[in-house]
Amino acid sequence: MEESDLRQTPLHEKHLELGAKMAPFGGWDMPIQYESILAEAKAVRSNAGMFDVSHMGRIEFTGPTAAEFLNRVLSSDVPKLRIGRARYGVICNPQGGIIDDAIVYRLDEERYLLVPNAGNADEVIDWLKKWSPNDGVTMNIITDNLAMIAVQGPRAVEILDSITMHELSKVRPFRIVEAHLMGTDALLARTGYTGEDGFEVMLPSSSAATLWDALAERGATPCGLGARDVLRLEAGLPLHGNDIDATTNPYEAGLGRFVDPDRDAYVAGDALQHIRDAAHERSLVGFVMRGRGIARQGHHIMNGPDHIGEVTSGSVSPTLDMNIGMGYVPIGFSDEGTRLQIDVRGRLIEAEIVPLPFYSRRKVE
Amino acid sequence: MNVPDNLKYYKEHDWVRVESDGTAVVGITEFAAESLGDIVFIELPEPGTEIKQFDKLGEIESVKAVSDLYTPISGRVLEINQAVTDAPETVNDSPYEAGWLVKIDLSDACEMDNLLSATAYEALLAAEG
Repeated sequence: MEESDLRQTPLHEKHLELGAKMAPFGGWDMPIQYESILAEAKAVRSNAGMFDVSHMGRIEFTGPTAAEFLNRVLSSDVPKLRIGRARYGVICNPQGGIIDDAIVYRLDEERYLLVPNAGNADEVIDWLKKWSPNDGVTMNIITDNLAMIAVQGPRAVEILDSITMHELSKVRPFRIVEAHLMGTDALLARTGYTGEDGFEVMLPSSSAATLWDALAERGATPCGLGARDVLRLEAGLPLHGNDIDATTNPYEAGLGRFVDPDRDAYVAGDALQHIRDAAHERSLVGFVMRGRGIARQGHHIMNGPDHIGEVTSGSVSPTLDMNIGMGYVPIGFSDEGTRLQIDVRGRLIEAEIVPLPFYSRRKVE
Repeated sequence: MNVPDNLKYYKEHDWVRVESDGTAVVGITEFAAESLGDIVFIELPEPGTEIKQFDKLGEIESVKAVSDLYTPISGRVLEINQAVTDAPETVNDSPYEAGWLVKIDLSDACEMDNLLSATAYEALLAAEG
């Protein structure tokens, strides 16, 4: 893709001003890092960081049958979701493969917001259109109208609290509120993708730069997608395109608790019931490197001479000071403590299965 | 970008300095270190390994990417810098001093003629934009 074809977020100018290293991601020109990926990851764990996540899709569904429609395509029981709450789930094809993961927010009686997690919103939109919304629901892609900034870290709530009258500390995790912020109305969801406390703020694109500056003034560090990837891996959160995709199902990916296949209307219900009730062959596991080396996506997972699986994500973990990764292994090799090897460009490096997540802020506190 | 005059350069962004005793000290340039970003892992050959000019010397990894390292000259590896294998960020902090990678017993001093001067390397960086 030519650079000129890449989409730009409302904060693009800010990223260039800050000297960010930019790179294409999901069709967008996005900041990978500003100063240092490791320093940015550390800022989120110890203080507060802010991420431009305006590249994620934002799709609004309104109308009397909005819930009924979403209930056909999402893995969770949408009509049960109460106003002001959010639910993580996956969007599966009729074979049970994962098209994407997403958070659905119920904004009002007949109004929902869907935010696909990865940068492949177009694929999700095509899929949703395929199940052409029935009468009584309007699907509105509002990605370009709203910017989205994730503010994450132990000081994230305090920083946001100082620029709005809403008492954000009282908003519980996976809740969403409307609040007045920087002279405009914004949606604030207590969600994120880093394993830290914080909010994801959606506000009109024209106000994005003002909020960005206000957050920076109050001590939030600009963080790029590089740090975001390290943080989500430490928190054991799968990335679509790495750890989950159309060739993986939510049960083997460890996402079974976000799936309710026993709903008549659900398009992937039959396949997912079958997968749930059958014995799994493989499982997504976390591992730490015991020898010197960093596992990367695509490396083979070995049991001695036998190739038994693939690394789906791998990185250094600055928080844990270890090299960590995730990948699929046969069930017989998925127990905690199992020793395996990772083929790092021809060198077999020792690794050990550990429970996910690698990092949890509750563990540390 | 700092490109010291007293070093010779290979186009893959490595530098070499020959000490008075004929030992060659090899590292990567400040440009390479900055392009990589935070360096988190370095794999270097065992002392005693014979290496040939422009061949792969080892691997260097940043948080996001893996790159090959090349040797600007031939010879036998005398010593690897334990400080950088233990603390790879040393290369970011000091690419030309504390962050050197290997010391090599130079086998053919004429090979230095195949390398770039500081001025020529700066021109290469300018051309790469």
